[in-house]
Amino acid sequence: MRKTIYTIVVSLITSMIGTLALASTPTEDLKAFQQYYMDRFPDTPKSDFNNGVYSIDAAARETFESIEEFAPYEIDIEKGEELYHKPFANGGTYNDCFGEPGVRHLYPQFDSETGKIVTLESAINDCRKAAGEKKLKYKKGTIAELTAYMAYESRGNVFDIKIPNDPRALAHYNRGKRHWYSKRGQLNMACADCHWTNAGNMLRAERLGPAFGHMTHFPKYRAKWGNLGTPHRRFAGCNSQVRAKPFKAQSDEYKALEYFLTYMGNGLEANGPATRK
Amino acid sequence: MSFRIITTVTSIAILIGMVLGTSIAATDEEIAEGKRIAFNRKLGNCLTCHMIVGGELPGNIGPPLIAMKARFPDKSALRAQIFDATVKNPQTSMPPFGKHGILTDKEVDLVTEYIHTL
Ligand code: HEC
Ligand code: HEC
Repeated sequence: MRKTIYTIVVSLITSMIGTLALASTPTEDLKAFQQYYMDRFPDTPKSDFNNGVYSIDAAARETFESIEEFAPYEIDIEKGEELYHKPFANGGTYNDCFGEPGVRHLYPQFDSETGKIVTLESAINDCRKAAGEKKLKYKKGTIAELTAYMAYESRGNVFDIKIPNDPRALAHYNRGKRHWYSKRGQLNMACADCHWTNAGNMLRAERLGPAFGHMTHFPKYRAKWGNLGTPHRRFAGCNSQVRAKPFKAQSDEYKALEYFLTYMGNGLEANGPATRK
Repeated sequence: MSFRIITTVTSIAILIGMVLGTSIAATDEEIAEGKRIAFNRKLGNCLTCHMIVGGELPGNIGPPLIAMKARFPDKSALRAQIFDATVKNPQTSMPPFGKHGILTDKEVDLVTEYIHTL
């Protein structure tokens, strides 16, 4: 019985509807979202929320900063730089697709031609495909080395995710928002249960970080993983934690979730890659 | 045979006890088993969210589980909270342990017995 955990996927109690009505516009949502965290953590300057849980936990932050001094992802940035500039078999490069490496803060994007969401990772594979190269795996490895370099080159740029006034873009946004507020899994918990209602509280010995700033620093090096991971690797982890069946990396569901969550952090500076517990 | 009669009689007694809202004392072994389930990370894992005396590294998502007899004179209300916390509060962060089969009915009973001693 206990093993049939994946059968109960989503219970359709969408929580917090009162706090953040599904009918509100992205601009209204963003304002309310960021304000909630600023009120909850008045000692954290707005610009510091891109440090995740460390923005609200002084003790953990000290450890974090000492790790960052000899950051375990340095080598990945170097590898990524090499990969990024190495020409494809057809002579083309990533720059032909991206113009420059420092574009982390501009993804995900809504593509008005296809009506789909393009993440940095999916754009990398689209670029490879167009050049006749093989697709990369989405959760870790080479793709994370490339995005580590790109994130590094984007440091200091301000996140500016656009939600154009197109019903298809809004549909992706609302899908991501619904995912974030919906209870799911055998444990019946929403992302919002941990990162909104209980932000700052302790889950065992683990402090729950605010979601404002969740997407500024990917790919991230997680001590638990021992290497770098993309946003969808983390989403899958947080879904599994509540015994919900994770979606596939780069599925429409996770792309929508990333679109919503990254948009909520608009205005923060890109600061990836970063280390986290 | 006689064993079955005894267990049946005991269950009936427990049922009556629950209906009347009086508590039938659980055995020490049952309480110890309830504690084991409550503390086990794969089972109750109550410490993830609640301070419980004797438990290490408790979370603070839910209220400390202390003075339970005073807060839940009626043991069946305590069981109901553990079985499905969403009945009382649809938005609660507390998992519906019985309703979603995280714990079996029997395990919910044992955890209830243990928590009620706190
Ligand atoms: C049961 C609790 C719980 C739930 C539910 C949960 N998370 Fe998490 N999440 C955590 C913990 C604990 C961490 C690590 C501490 C932190 O950074 O907040 C974390 C970390 C994260 C991070 C990384 C933050 C960083 O700074 O690197 C992201 C992103 C994230 N969660 C997104 C989500 C999303 C999206 C959902 C829903 C699909 C979700 N979480 C659901 C507990 C949870
Ligand atoms: C993921 C978090 C979480 C877990 C795990 C959890 N609880 Fe709770 N619990 C809560 C929250 C939050 C409340 C506050 C009531 C509400 O949300 O409606 C609560 C309330 C309670 C209450 C009512 C307390 C009161 O004074 O009203 C009891 C009793 C309780 N929990 C017992 C348990 C037991 C026993 C377990 C383990 C089998 C458990 N809880 C696991 C979050 C949790």
